[in-house]
Amino acid sequence: MEPILKGRNLVKRYGRVTALDHCDFDLMPGEILAVIGDNGAGKSTLIKALSGAVIPDAGTIYIEGKEVKFTSPIQARTHGIETVYQTLAMSPALSIADNMFMGREIRKEGFMGTVFRQLDRKKMETLAREKLTELGLMTIQNINQAVETLSGGQRQGVAVARAAAFGSKVIILDEPTAALGVKESRKVLELIQDVKARGIPIILISHNMPHVFEVADRIHIHRLGKRLCVIDPKDYTMSDAVAFMTGAKEPPSEAVAA
Amino acid sequence: MADAQEYEKSATSSAQTIAQFDDDNRSFVSQLQHRLHLTPSLVPLIVLILAIIVFGILLGSKFFSPFALTLILQQVAIVGIVGAAQSLVILTAGIDLSVGAIMVLSSVVMGQFTFRYGLPVEVAVACGLLCGTLCGFINGWLVAVMRLPPFIVTLGMWQIILATNFLFSANETIRSQEIASEAPLLQFFGTTLTIGADEAGRGGANFTYGVVFLVSLVLVLAYVLRETAWGRHVYAVGDDPDAAELSGVQVKRTLISVYMLSGLICAFAGWALIGRIGSVSPTSGQLANIESITAVVIGGISLFGGRGSVLGMLFGALIVGVFTLGLRLLGADAQWTYLLIGLLIIAAVAVDQWIRKVSN
Repeated sequence: MEPILKGRNLVKRYGRVTALDHCDFDLMPGEILAVIGDNGAGKSTLIKALSGAVIPDAGTIYIEGKEVKFTSPIQARTHGIETVYQTLAMSPALSIADNMFMGREIRKEGFMGTVFRQLDRKKMETLAREKLTELGLMTIQNINQAVETLSGGQRQGVAVARAAAFGSKVIILDEPTAALGVKESRKVLELIQDVKARGIPIILISHNMPHVFEVADRIHIHRLGKRLCVIDPKDYTMSDAVAFMTGAKEPPSEAVAA
Repeated sequence: MADAQEYEKSATSSAQTIAQFDDDNRSFVSQLQHRLHLTPSLVPLIVLILAIIVFGILLGSKFFSPFALTLILQQVAIVGIVGAAQSLVILTAGIDLSVGAIMVLSSVVMGQFTFRYGLPVEVAVACGLLCGTLCGFINGWLVAVMRLPPFIVTLGMWQIILATNFLFSANETIRSQEIASEAPLLQFFGTTLTIGADEAGRGGANFTYGVVFLVSLVLVLAYVLRETAWGRHVYAVGDDPDAAELSGVQVKRTLISVYMLSGLICAFAGWALIGRIGSVSPTSGQLANIESITAVVIGGISLFGGRGSVLGMLFGALIVGVFTLGLRLLGADAQWTYLLIGLLIIAAVAVDQWIRKVSN
């Protein structure tokens, strides 16, 4: 089967630091792929290369077998790749609705929209509220409040809701539950399953092993800038995964080939 | 969910309604802070109204007359128009020190193209507007593509444009009478509408087209910044350019368009300047950049970008105008005006910092 998103020989260096060292990557249609690795293993750089935020020095990325070159996140987005970054990428002084629709605002229908290019705030607010409710973010009182007035967890929830609302081909989540409460984390995991049920594959970067083992179909273990191995969570335990990731244990040879 | 963690189960029966809280325990000060956070142009508006009331009481009908109040509008028209351009740039967390120079160069282009090259005055005006836009484009390109700090770029461009202005104009002034007889379109913004003057033509409310242009410009910009996607992108870029880029804003394009629009507005200010002073003079408008920054800061637009409104800038410019005229009518030394404006600038930034505390 052809991977929906494929990376081959990706290299990225920052000065003398090598973040990606001839790294390969495969995401199959409809799966949840977890990416785990030590701090500094290059997970975030890999994700940024796949989402257009970083331009790799070498290597190629394929979507559904076709080669693509992203020079900006907007290009990745137009290919249907939606990302929740660790930094969340939100404008603190703007409202939740403004942030959710940033770069793809809805204009009013008719004369006001086409000639005066007026935004349809009501529609954007209603849609934004719907998405937040789907995610169970009921503690947000006012959809027009500035993002800077939200707690860290609420902000993360808004960012996840934004990605889930717009991702059409791949959704990338970089530590989506790191700042969330118990209930919200659970909602995000449910949301991940919902998105998968809609047939959209997900890349999940997380340090939370129970969550990874609960939802992932396959686990990509990243070490020293490249893919060490890919394992099936049903065949290995959490401590095995941690041992591979930290180099305490050699990965099984059949997993390395995968 | 098949295998939720045990401790997470009780979360499934959690509240399903949107949270609401009692709001009436908040103190007046914290409510005020919240209001100001939502509507930052409220502070300069309050100061403006207070200033008008105080000078009105002190000076009576000498100040509180349609004539004097509209005179203030005429006096702030140029600074207000340039301030609108400055506001756009400062909202993107930049600063434009070259606004005054662009304004003067554009007015000189309009004048010299008409009188030296004999072009039709409409064409000369269009060339002047184009010249301002081009200067803005150079600024924007250097900031967005070459990633140079806006302060440095516009500091350099200020000198370059001003020198170009003196070299091109050979330091010649085009006299008012010549313009009035041969190319009255150049003085278009100086045309005055008088409402309610007495029989001798004195007093009454005087609105120049420059004032009308200033007010319409500010209203249009306020609409564009609030109600269109481009406007939201300007705020997002000023707030956090990296976040804006990642969430799908074309940061470079937005920045270049902001500086180009700023240049175009400065060129309009140059046209209005001809109407205001009558002649085309390469030495005029030297203080426009500092005065426009003053109006923007007093108007509550944050120098760190992403916060404030262009309406606030208009109020800021009017506050300066009210102080200047009021103190002059009181017979005070002009230095008192500068002293008070200095205090206002510092107070405005202090208020800005206080408002920001809402978010922490």
